[in-house]
Amino acid sequence: MKQFLEGSHAVAEIVKRCRPGVVSAYPITPQTHIVEDLAQMVSNQELNAQFVNVESEHSAASVVLGGEATGVRSYTATSSQGLLLMAEVVFNIAGMRLPVVMTTANRAISAPINIWNDQQDVMVVRDSGWVLFFAESIQEAVDLHLQAYKLGEDPDVMLPVMVNMDGFILTHGMEAVDMPSQEEVDRYLPAYKTTYKLDVENPLTMGYLADPDYYLEIRYMVQETHAELLGKIPHLAGEFKKTFGRESGGLIQTYRMEDAEQAFVAAGSVCGTIRDAIDELRAKGKKVGLVKIATYRPFPKEAIASSLKNVKEVAVVDKSISLGGFGPFYTDVTSALSSLGTAIPKTSGFVLGLGGRDIRVKSILDVYEKLSGKQVDCAFIGLKQELLAETE
Amino acid sequence: MTETLFKPGHTACAGCGQAIAARLVIDAAGKNTMIANNTGCLEVFSTKYPESAWCVPWIHSLFENCAAVASGVESGLKYLGKKDAINVIAQGGDGGTADIGLQALSGMLERGHDVLYVCYDNEAYMNTGIQRSGLTPTTSNTTTTPPGSASFGNPRPKKPMPDIAAAHGIPYVATASVGYPQDIQKKVKKALSIKGPKYIQIHVPCPLGWRHESSQTSEVAKLAVETGLYPIFEYENGQLIPRKIASVKPVEEYLKVQGRFKHLLKDAKGLKEIQSVADYNIKKYQLKAQG
Repeated sequence: MKQFLEGSHAVAEIVKRCRPGVVSAYPITPQTHIVEDLAQMVSNQELNAQFVNVESEHSAASVVLGGEATGVRSYTATSSQGLLLMAEVVFNIAGMRLPVVMTTANRAISAPINIWNDQQDVMVVRDSGWVLFFAESIQEAVDLHLQAYKLGEDPDVMLPVMVNMDGFILTHGMEAVDMPSQEEVDRYLPAYKTTYKLDVENPLTMGYLADPDYYLEIRYMVQETHAELLGKIPHLAGEFKKTFGRESGGLIQTYRMEDAEQAFVAAGSVCGTIRDAIDELRAKGKKVGLVKIATYRPFPKEAIASSLKNVKEVAVVDKSISLGGFGPFYTDVTSALSSLGTAIPKTSGFVLGLGGRDIRVKSILDVYEKLSGKQVDCAFIGLKQELLAETE
Repeated sequence: MTETLFKPGHTACAGCGQAIAARLVIDAAGKNTMIANNTGCLEVFSTKYPESAWCVPWIHSLFENCAAVASGVESGLKYLGKKDAINVIAQGGDGGTADIGLQALSGMLERGHDVLYVCYDNEAYMNTGIQRSGLTPTTSNTTTTPPGSASFGNPRPKKPMPDIAAAHGIPYVATASVGYPQDIQKKVKKALSIKGPKYIQIHVPCPLGWRHESSQTSEVAKLAVETGLYPIFEYENGQLIPRKIASVKPVEEYLKVQGRFKHLLKDAKGLKEIQSVADYNIKKYQLKAQG
């Protein structure tokens, strides 16, 4: 039975059903509703977990690192500056191969301070070794948390997984959600068992110093696991569909790509807006489709290249920017397309929606208009020329 | 020699006070102990892959977060119902404790985790090459507080870390010195018998950073105590219990065996300033033996 739920509440509900033993968080908008709900669940004994109210996100990440190191499923959530403050620990958790799951309620980065949605925060930890999922809807966010624990705790994986969901748009939006029951979750996600843990009967040293004779191989092993994940993640999504009857996650998802001559590439909630724009364009006879990045790390380069190989023009939609460079998705997509050899589609990069600037169907149609023009690598859409003139 | 949980073969310098103290701490705590260790000398010289000196579960994450990692370890053990049978120790150097790790430590103390925090105080950032920390004593010569025509060395007194820890209202705080090994072990055992957050700060000479003979570690440590420059005391539920000094020695005896204070020995004003630190400690912590 579907329930009409706020995104944050839906995430808290599914996290509760995953039965984490250690939950730690520090408040930051727009993540707060998730951890407030979890705190209430612990307080009501609906969730048997140690809820640790810490003095910073750096410590929130460190607490779940420590909890996970005892072999206990652990969870945290953050956003924006919180993720940046955590960054050092985020890298460390991945290097230590601890399968923590974290929700990032994606939000802009200061300065100027801005609490609204874009995807610049996650890009700061893009290279950390975490598996990065992007949810398009609240339902997908719910489903990806289940998949996140399932994938990360796989003994052949042992990596942390981050579920990215657009701040406010998904965390504070409401949607009819098919919430898996506790029994279904228990069947899908059994209790976490590992021998890689702190144990007085079998004392391990975790977090050792590796000198130049060892470091290169240890980092390579993380890269190699990510390469293997390119095979595991489609399988994970397939199994999920068999169990729950829904398509959620995977490496990429496509929309109306069968005969597409032009395509958008994007991730997160903006994909819903792009689908509407595509329907409008299709109604006018334009052969347009969407390739949605559901998994950003590992980067699904082959899946993306093969889905775009018959397309003439590609518009990469970034809600973040590597200042002085390009949108991060644009850089990765063009890199993936280079493997196609000579028949590389004309690929343009567009930056939209920073700091919560509304992305409407019209914004996507603006991107479409520019797509057939001169190739651009980092075109900002929706700039208010009058504001730019004022600051000059 | 009795069996130790901190094996030889690690790469600490000869005469390293921290290595001696770390062994005393874990051997007092026993094998049912988990350690979260900050980045620093101890971590570097004891866990270079693929070797480890530790015979207990041991985890290192970062420079400043061992108190938070230990909070997570303790929470995990609580969730598993195993906390009562297992000690959790968080440990780090003076920089990792009093400077970069102070926030995480304060959080751990305030939240009431059942963790013993041990600060090995060698009074500077030794692992990176003897830079000043918040626990570097007044006038000490470090690579970032070098004496010169405009400076006597470190211009500031030691941060009163044990008092800062005690101000959190925790049940047990103590200082100790590697010059008094049995005292360290007695305090570790006492601390671990008490539920809640505990803080022990151990003075550990660093022959390289302090520039004394590596054979003199114990003597130098004792002189710090006997002069009043390193007060040894406990706060049990906030109640001060000092370790009395039988016969107080002038600070010069401690300073003259170390290169880091060499620039002071010719300077009456500097010496007087250091003596006043010792006098203050003796009064504040009631170190003078009666009669």
